[in-house]
Amino acid sequence: MPILEVQNIEKSFGPTKVLQDISFSLERGKALAIIGSSGSGKTTLLRCLNFLEIPNAGRILVNGETLFDAADRAAKSDAEIRRRRLHFGMVFQSFNLFPQYTALENVMLASLMLAKERPDYKQNRHAIHEEIENHAIELLAQMSLEGRMSHYPHQLSGGQQQRVAIARALALQPDILCFDEPTSALDPELTGEVLRVIRSLADQHTTMIIVTHEMAFARDVADHVLFMDAGVIVEEGTPSELFENTQNERTRAFLSRFSQNN
Amino acid sequence: MNPSVIFTNLFQSFGINCTIFVVTLLVALPVGLLVAFGAMNRWEPFRCLRGSRLASGKWGAMLVGLRPIALLIKFFVWIVRGTPLMLQIIFIYYGPGLLHWGQPWNAMGTDGRVVATCAAFAINYACYFSEIFRGGIQSIPRGQYEAGQVLGMTKRQIFFKITLLQVVKRVIPPMGNEFMTLIKDTALANIIATKEIIMMSKEFINRGLIWPLFSTALFFLVFCGVLTLLFGWLERKMDYFRV
Repeated sequence: MPILEVQNIEKSFGPTKVLQDISFSLERGKALAIIGSSGSGKTTLLRCLNFLEIPNAGRILVNGETLFDAADRAAKSDAEIRRRRLHFGMVFQSFNLFPQYTALENVMLASLMLAKERPDYKQNRHAIHEEIENHAIELLAQMSLEGRMSHYPHQLSGGQQQRVAIARALALQPDILCFDEPTSALDPELTGEVLRVIRSLADQHTTMIIVTHEMAFARDVADHVLFMDAGVIVEEGTPSELFENTQNERTRAFLSRFSQNN
Repeated sequence: MNPSVIFTNLFQSFGINCTIFVVTLLVALPVGLLVAFGAMNRWEPFRCLRGSRLASGKWGAMLVGLRPIALLIKFFVWIVRGTPLMLQIIFIYYGPGLLHWGQPWNAMGTDGRVVATCAAFAINYACYFSEIFRGGIQSIPRGQYEAGQVLGMTKRQIFFKITLLQVVKRVIPPMGNEFMTLIKDTALANIIATKEIIMMSKEFINRGLIWPLFSTALFFLVFCGVLTLLFGWLERKMDYFRV
């Protein structure tokens, strides 16, 4: 059974149709790359998965459980929406770290908030705090940020900030980690360090969806690639199918524009 | 008359100015935050009419997008910010009597004037503060809320753990301005004969002394000097992060 199934998602902003009939599935431990030009709906798709946008139609299933069904109009409680969100982790293009917290505190914050809902929180407060802190330290070390734990976001480079953001998303152990153009706000020299981290996550079989403009990276890391244009999935397949044996004219035009630029 | 006696009198009456200052802040800061939330309220009771035949016209479309709470609050803020504070003090103090609603302030004795002044100031400053808060809250990038949301945090947690401190940092400079305006505005209380420092110094004018009036400037200067230091300290305190 696929870990994620997206069925017939549609999304409009007013009269503008941003997503039309989007369906795909993702197996556990696989990396999916979504490519396409700006405005093709890639980011909106990720935002729908994270419930930052509510699709007008379609269904989203994780592990066979229906997380979202546009036909089911019953209002969901806030707690229920929050619980469903936790299946997904999100790494934003602009990092969105919390400026008043250190790198370590950024990674710990959400876990601490969630721990307060545990029935045993009052008794085991210190043990829980320590457990969360150790996990956060471990994650930051995994991002090669051992020496940056007590730095505030403005004291970190863009690449370091994005790696903190990845650690923060991993802290809640999501089923699926989403990246929304994780390197688009970075200098080319900082892009590499973030891509290396994402690649190592892929090597550890983290289930991921990566929206990216880094074609070489998508080709290298992804198990499956979707090409989107004007709100629809135009073509999909393994990287070699999509990049070397392109079937669709629009995909070919898009890819050729990229190879000219680089 | 002995200058030291005069200064003691002035100093004591400046206590009234300080009382008005403190009470106004205690009330207007939290109320201002509530007013700010009211002005940002997005409740649209006629939203369900969207797409209906009624909503197709120009007026119908306006009705559908109507946000009555925000509109009401904005109207109130306009009235308060659009009229002189001196007029508001007079209205609060004499209004109930003129409208035959009784004499609530007289019932409190001599403190009634101070209470009425505080009420007028609290309402007035809550409206100014609300606009500062609104600006501060709306200047927080959407991404901060979204990052909190995708991490499964509740709205309360996002406000108290993520946005609030960033808002506080952003509103400190304009708030410093407001605090200084406030202490100087307390002089307006003399319009309803509240025994604050200007009122007191006028009594000395009646006895032929003009210098006490001008010397009141010293009290305000010292007070504002302390405020300047305090806000400078606060700003440095918040310097450990950038927004």
